[in-house]
Amino acid sequence: MKRLFALLLAFAACATLAAKEAAPLAEDPEIEKRLISISEELRCLVCQNESLAGSRADLAMDLRREVRKLLKEGKTDAEVREFMVSRYGDFVLYRPPVKPTTWLLWAGPFVFVIAGVAVLIVYLRRRGREVKDVPLSDDERRRAEALLKEEN
Amino acid sequence: MKKFLLPLALFVVLVGFLAVGLNRNPREVPSPLVGKPAPAFRLTQLAEPGKEFSPADMQGKVWVLNVWASWCVSCREEHPLLVEFARAGVAPLIGLDYKDQRGDALRWLKQFGNPYDFSAFDADGRVGIDYGVYGVPETYVIDKAGVIRHKHIGPVTVEALEKTIIPLINELKRS
Repeated sequence: MKRLFALLLAFAACATLAAKEAAPLAEDPEIEKRLISISEELRCLVCQNESLAGSRADLAMDLRREVRKLLKEGKTDAEVREFMVSRYGDFVLYRPPVKPTTWLLWAGPFVFVIAGVAVLIVYLRRRGREVKDVPLSDDERRRAEALLKEEN
Repeated sequence: MKKFLLPLALFVVLVGFLAVGLNRNPREVPSPLVGKPAPAFRLTQLAEPGKEFSPADMQGKVWVLNVWASWCVSCREEHPLLVEFARAGVAPLIGLDYKDQRGDALRWLKQFGNPYDFSAFDADGRVGIDYGVYGVPETYVIDKAGVIRHKHIGPVTVEALEKTIIPLINELKRS
């Protein structure tokens, strides 16, 4: 009986060992969730229009491995992004940081909208001044009324 | 006539932007590492696994680090140029064999010639990540103080060597 128990115990130990080896990704769902949310914001350098989360490129897999390691070490999301930027530059971020060299990039669309609205206002005002209100003469009024009656 | 002037000016500006923007190579990502100290590492050498290499060993020398791999097709393209560069003896050329198998890499060097003083062996690509490698081959020029002064992405060309890399090395050697 004792022997059987020991055997069972040994089996159980093997089973858990095997299970651990088979699923290293599911180790910590919290870290995996963070890994995905961070890497969706990062560009894969090899296939530049894919995110790091979605890419099957070799380098992307290596980088995900690195990011996972950093997260396990307790690094914050910002520190992980800093790790990537210090190696690959701002280009890896799908959301470029706001800094002097990117001010034009961020403000550009708003500048264009404001400029467009300003041009529109100036144009409408000027046209308003140029088109004069000319009152109808009695003769013209009569003709207009006649035309309107005909329509009915 | 005058009312066409503004749209024409805008059009010319737009064409200018597109002409510059569309002729750029999107593969060439400016490296934030240029002007920064070369990341430290300690790796075994490719041919002699018993020996190690660290960039600190090159302190006081201007040297070139070339990232290559036996599986990398464009590395074959630049290889004859590297052999020539090494023969000219402009600066030490050290390889970083990136995500490779020792056997494959050594066979590759035997087949195409070995321009490297030696190669460091980066089996899992961890050092490559520190150097911001994303497409082999990549070439770094490192100065006497261990600062990266230039990074060339993709196979080196005759033009890049003669116009940029060699003049830069000579200038760094003088300073």
